[in-house]
Amino acid sequence: MRKIATALTRSRVWRSVFRHGFPDSNRNRSLAIFSSFFLHFHPVKVRVRAIAFTRTFYLGGLALACFFILTVTGTFLMFYYHPIVPSAYNDMKDLQFVVSYGMFLRNLHRWTSRTMIALVFVHMAWTFMRGAYRHPREFNWTIGVGLLVITVLLSYTGTLLPWDQLSYWAVAVGTNIVGAIPIIGAKVKLLLLGGHEINDNALLRFYVLHCVVLPLTLAFGVGLHLWRVRKDGGIHLPELPPRRDDVGDENYASTRADAGSPESSDAPHENA
Amino acid sequence: MSEPTPESAPERGEEESLGSVGAARVVVEEHVSDCRTSDFVDEPMLMTFPHLLVRECVAFLGLSIFLVVMSLCFDAPLESIADPTRTPNPAKAPWYFLGMQELLQYYPPIVAGVLFPALLIIALAIIPYFRVNIERPPLWKSAPWTQVASLWGVVAGLSGVFYFTGSVPIWSLMVPLWAVGLAMTAGALPWRRSRLGIWLQTRSLAFWIFAWFLLAATTLTVIGLWFRGPGWRFTLPWYDGFY
Ligand code: HEM
Repeated sequence: MRKIATALTRSRVWRSVFRHGFPDSNRNRSLAIFSSFFLHFHPVKVRVRAIAFTRTFYLGGLALACFFILTVTGTFLMFYYHPIVPSAYNDMKDLQFVVSYGMFLRNLHRWTSRTMIALVFVHMAWTFMRGAYRHPREFNWTIGVGLLVITVLLSYTGTLLPWDQLSYWAVAVGTNIVGAIPIIGAKVKLLLLGGHEINDNALLRFYVLHCVVLPLTLAFGVGLHLWRVRKDGGIHLPELPPRRDDVGDENYASTRADAGSPESSDAPHENA
Repeated sequence: MSEPTPESAPERGEEESLGSVGAARVVVEEHVSDCRTSDFVDEPMLMTFPHLLVRECVAFLGLSIFLVVMSLCFDAPLESIADPTRTPNPAKAPWYFLGMQELLQYYPPIVAGVLFPALLIIALAIIPYFRVNIERPPLWKSAPWTQVASLWGVVAGLSGVFYFTGSVPIWSLMVPLWAVGLAMTAGALPWRRSRLGIWLQTRSLAFWIFAWFLLAATTLTVIGLWFRGPGWRFTLPWYDGFY
């Protein structure tokens, strides 16, 4: 077994793909992170305090995981779905009664989307409670708010696609609100619906937004967000050692928010 | 605006009494302690591979199991085909919009549907830039009772706004506001030694505003989800069922 593994990880093909041997030495473990497109948004080493479960509850990571699941299930749903008026609804019925595991597929997409919204929201709340929105992470927080908005819009545009009573009236309520915006409201509503009422045109527009425009924007935004997490010095941690003088941690940290130079303190972390 | 946080004021007083040499020493010591505390070098580190990756995989597996079980147990709703001539009653938005839909009962769409969400998103986006609020010392450090008075002034003012400007008084915004006001006031009480007391005392103003936002959003959503029936009338789920 061991021989096969060694032979495999030394082969030219393995090397050409992974560029390093089996990750059993610290050097190869570093390379496993460092030289992988998918893993290199992680630092090679992490602080013990930073990966404690309660630090982040991995909420951001789990939101990202939801996004992956949604992309996969969404792609499968696209194989069965036509964004045209009667068939959109009939395709839902087919998923329910004709397609093998169709209902499971649809359920998974639906519940993952709801879970993602909840996770993103709780991620925001927890980030706030930990004080991780402060310098130097202000801008990443603002990017995060953008991600929250896109996530909600994704779910909202998806709501119209099954073309049932729920979809139709949820979108009717929403676009009427858009129409209430002064001056530009009516124009924006026309642009969204591709007409004066909710029909085929609106369905097509929501479909394109839901399946192409918004997911691409979200993917780009998440990339930016994760890159910033690294550049801002990794996960926010309270100062070490905690100096609990009369004020308590939180205010102690806040008085120093501008004092430390984040760039210099991040350097060893970044290059490790 | 952001400059001197009152908290650093005592230190400055100290510096002055020490003269310029003493002040320099204080600065140097501060700097040295900065280096010690913000350097990660002596912090215990772990290799990302495998330690962090294993944890991520476990978290991902947990999430997947939860989602699969959900999908096996509960079916996504599908009603009859869309019919523009038949308005369902009540016509509820997806749950994450119910808070907003709830507010639509009190204010015209331009306020509840456009102004409030826009203000909310802007407020959220600029939270970290509000230096004044975030870098405050404990709220009650100086003249606590004057501050308590102004706090309740603001609470009364806001309550007035929510009482009179809505079509009916908006209790779902006022009650969370009072709860937060009470918690803040509790922080002003002189209970130096207890952990809860210290925790309450050291929350910043930004924290309390955010707490109110969370409480109010939850209240509005829960009411919209379970306590609204036909005609958006108030119903009790254990009495009238769910809509
Ligand atoms: C699609 C939505 C989002 C995704 C996929 C995402 C992903 C992540 C991930 C993976 C992290 C690393 C730490 C962790 O796992 O918790 C993170 C950190 C962070 N996120 Fe998000 N996030 C999202 C939305 C948001 C929102 C809505 C906010 C705030 C408004 C936000 C603010 C932050 C901040 C400030 C950090 C740094 C935390 C720290 O240093 O401790 N993110 N995000």
